[in-house]
Amino acid sequence: MVRKARAKPQDSRLFDRYQPLPGVPDELVDAAGFMRPGWEGLIAHLSALAPAEVAQDFARGEQHLADAGVFFRKYGDPTIATRDWPFSPVPILLPEQEWRAIEAGLIQRADLLEQVVADLYGPNRLVAEGHLPAPLIAENPEWLRPMVGVVPRSGHFLHFMAFEIGRGPDGRWWVLSDRTDAPSGAGFALENRVATTRVFPDLYNRTNVHRLAGFFRSFRDALDRLRCDPASRVGILTPGPLTDTYYEQAYIARYLGLSLLEGEDLTVENGQLRIRTVKGLAPVDVLWRRMDGIWADPLELREDSQLGTPGLLSAVRQGHVAMVNALGVGVLETQALMAFLPAISEVQTGRPLSLPNVATWWCGQPGELAHVRANAGRMMIGPAMSTRMPYETSARHAIGGQMRGGGAQAGDDADLHDWLTDNAAGLMGKELVTLSTTPVYEDGALVPRPMTIRVFLARTSRGWEVMPGGFARIGSSADTTAISMRNGGSVADVWVISPAPVEPVTMLGPVAGPFLRAEPGPLPSRAADNLFWLGRYTERTEGLLRLLRAYNSRLHEAASRPLLTALRARLATYGIDPKEPLPKGLQATLGSAVYSASQIRDRFSVDGWAALKDMEKSMSRIARTAETGMDAALVMSVMLRKIAGFSGLVHENMYRAAGWQFLTIGRSLERAAMMTDLLAVLADPAAAEGALELAIEVGDSLMVHRQRYAVITSRASVIDLLALDESNPRAVRFHLDVIRKRVDEITGGSGGTLSDFQRRVLALQTDLALHSVASLDTGALRLLQGRILDLSLALNATFMH
Amino acid sequence: MIYDIKLRITYDYASPAVNGRHLACVMPMEGGGQRVIAGLLSLAPQPEERVDRSDFFGNPVTEFALRAPHEGVALTLQARVERLAPAPAGPSLPLAALPEALSRTADLSPGSPLHFLSPSVRVPRHAGMAAFARAALHPGLTTAEAVIAVGRALHGYMRFDAKATTVDTPAAKAFELRQGVCQDFSHILITCLRGLGIPAGYVSGFLRTLPPPGKPRLEGADAMHAWVRAWCGPEAGWLEFDPTNDKMADADHITVAHGRDYSDVPPIKGILRGSGDQTSKQSVDVVPAG
Repeated sequence: MVRKARAKPQDSRLFDRYQPLPGVPDELVDAAGFMRPGWEGLIAHLSALAPAEVAQDFARGEQHLADAGVFFRKYGDPTIATRDWPFSPVPILLPEQEWRAIEAGLIQRADLLEQVVADLYGPNRLVAEGHLPAPLIAENPEWLRPMVGVVPRSGHFLHFMAFEIGRGPDGRWWVLSDRTDAPSGAGFALENRVATTRVFPDLYNRTNVHRLAGFFRSFRDALDRLRCDPASRVGILTPGPLTDTYYEQAYIARYLGLSLLEGEDLTVENGQLRIRTVKGLAPVDVLWRRMDGIWADPLELREDSQLGTPGLLSAVRQGHVAMVNALGVGVLETQALMAFLPAISEVQTGRPLSLPNVATWWCGQPGELAHVRANAGRMMIGPAMSTRMPYETSARHAIGGQMRGGGAQAGDDADLHDWLTDNAAGLMGKELVTLSTTPVYEDGALVPRPMTIRVFLARTSRGWEVMPGGFARIGSSADTTAISMRNGGSVADVWVISPAPVEPVTMLGPVAGPFLRAEPGPLPSRAADNLFWLGRYTERTEGLLRLLRAYNSRLHEAASRPLLTALRARLATYGIDPKEPLPKGLQATLGSAVYSASQIRDRFSVDGWAALKDMEKSMSRIARTAETGMDAALVMSVMLRKIAGFSGLVHENMYRAAGWQFLTIGRSLERAAMMTDLLAVLADPAAAEGALELAIEVGDSLMVHRQRYAVITSRASVIDLLALDESNPRAVRFHLDVIRKRVDEITGGSGGTLSDFQRRVLALQTDLALHSVASLDTGALRLLQGRILDLSLALNATFMH
Repeated sequence: MIYDIKLRITYDYASPAVNGRHLACVMPMEGGGQRVIAGLLSLAPQPEERVDRSDFFGNPVTEFALRAPHEGVALTLQARVERLAPAPAGPSLPLAALPEALSRTADLSPGSPLHFLSPSVRVPRHAGMAAFARAALHPGLTTAEAVIAVGRALHGYMRFDAKATTVDTPAAKAFELRQGVCQDFSHILITCLRGLGIPAGYVSGFLRTLPPPGKPRLEGADAMHAWVRAWCGPEAGWLEFDPTNDKMADADHITVAHGRDYSDVPPIKGILRGSGDQTSKQSVDVVPAG
């Protein structure tokens, strides 16, 4: 093919060498071989750079994403392993005029889907009049029976949605899928945009690219307007850190100033939705739902849901919460539904869909089944009720007549017809669309890769608004089914280019009046609880490491045998068997710390998390080779330094808000309890030879003890230094003082009415202060330990509403 | 026949719980040859919130919340219900004609058979049960005859044993053990019937405690009972069969709720924050009034 650029740019080397695939439409090159309008600047810019310079520019985008903590979690992975965001820096350019047609088509589709879902949860005329087969709804797991007859408080089921579109062989745009239940990606679009502008700062400013911020500002305003109670908050309901797009949710929550809430953060009181915070229940009456509907309420929907909020449906039914989107709209994502939408559009609106969807046939009808069977070679066949494309599920499906997934064998095509016959009503066929390609920069050249664009729509006071570009998915190979990120694809920005300069928009409103410092909302109880336990478990890990080091370093001293017996008994109470060089119980304790941390990763530094994971990794590595005795003692020393690194990172970098207070209380409570326990054993008059020295060693107080008491170690000197001293950060007293200070900061002082927790802390602190080395005997220490441990329950009752 | 029903369900927690939210489904339903003359559901402790409403299938349910620390929950139902013998049904469709009748059904209302055809939470597809059902058939049966034939075969195959299974035992396990209680018998029969393409659902309810003079005492009378209803065509409608006792449901059966399986209509379900075990007790008295 001979190709010429219409308006010859200064340098078009990359364009000249670009080889689109034969017979496949391309975003850079039109059917006649000319460069499509809008690309000249980008091609000239890239062509003028040496590959090393391009690499440098691209690295700026990657750096931005890494700094911003944009990750993508591999779906279905039970660990917290994350992958870097697969970013392709070359944007896709579309002229404004073409975009307007896409917008109009998608707005028409959004309005149609609103009508369909209102009917499915209302009069059900579409089914009764035969426009939709009844089994497709009756057997659909996304048609939520408890929502039938419930009218959304906002008056609409759909407020925010996404469509996946692609350009077909005839150059037209097609809708590939409808994402209505909890569409993801809007935050990633923002991040793509920022990263792309870092890569092409001058080009971006010279090109009239429509900005994304206006869309978000309108959506944010729309969310605010959905509130009934002006004192209530707007929240994002997230399935939590195990979901693949958690970082996007955390990012967009920060960007829009919304509370990021998990199901457990919420509770329902008299039909009203509330956030459980350390300062009591706070109202929330608008939820942007990023959790799939079926998980939202274990009482009325999926009973096995660990993610939902019991009573949420009750609150919705009573009209006390606006849901973006309404529960139950997932039924619109049903793959087979697309077979009926074109006709429904004609029936409902008298107009055809201006943007067609991919031709689809539901196999539950004899004629359609025959058609799919006869044309299986150019179809994608999969579960009719699924809300995902066949290749995005693990279920059995067929692509181009080849069986895949669900235990299918390669070359298993003999089975295809039996499979279709046996499961007809559960299957649908979709035409395989050859998607257009877009240039991706690889090894100094541009290469064509298939792409789809995800377009976001938000219902605002001016009707549906469409985000102008921002998010495209690009396949890793020519295979169009490999486009999903899970299958190694990448993501790129989409620029909608205006012929005229565009108004810059930002999220920030006009500045009026003096600067006001933004106050954080009250800390959710669940976060407080996880931080408290993170503090306790990391401290317990440290304490155990100290005990194990002391144990292993004495292991081969005959004189220490009675002492070792005492130590073994202490360790056993923590589930530790010191005969193991790196005991499983120790790893489990650290594992609990990692788990608590994983629940609240957005609340402490990226480095702190990395340090914790690093320690977990080293521990399981060393566990395979370590030996008891001096080797294990050395390992414990290394681990102690690592855990000190984690504590340092957290305490140096954490903002001194309620979260930090709870973390610190957890740490101090654990340290005080462990020390009390240790003293009750080692400072007992009947303790074995060397016990007092051991206590000082584990208490890391050798130097100060020497300075203060010369060489004489006595029960009195040990109790004084490790229990009663208010300046020794290993002493019980010191930590009761810390807890007191922290809780006063949380509650704003100890004046007025004291909570049960404060009362107990105050009493403990006073009682200990009144003790002398003589009165703090073993019995008193045991009593003290019990009262310290009871603080945990009192804290729970006082703050975890 | 008019019955006085008394049901008491208690849960005792090993340690106090907070923030409990529950759904109770124990009040007999109105309609279908049954009239609730009086009904009262009392809860202890007194819930902070209580909403009485109907669920999708039209079953009366009570949603309640116990927020303060509590050591258990007790439900007491007292009801007076008039139960009429089932009216004679219209003719049942031949089993072979059922798929055609179903394909003509474009109805998503709660009584539609279409809700009761596909697998549900406690009734997944099961090849063995489908084969068992086919083996009980012979050519030319009406749907109603097929339901009874399969139900009867199942009654012969299974042995009633209150200790063999628990409320959480999957139907497949009970089928393998060939033992179970009314819940297991019902789930297995539903699986069998759906395997034949017959819409089948779960009925929870009560049985008269003591039989009329000269009749044997029925199994399942000392707790809440369960049986099966199956759709036999537009004229015959729903037929109710009790596989545990190998008989059609009659004036001794008082209906509480209809569901696709047990998970739609447990007497009480709930979510609470607490730790430790719980023990539960249930007692039922169903006696003719007067």
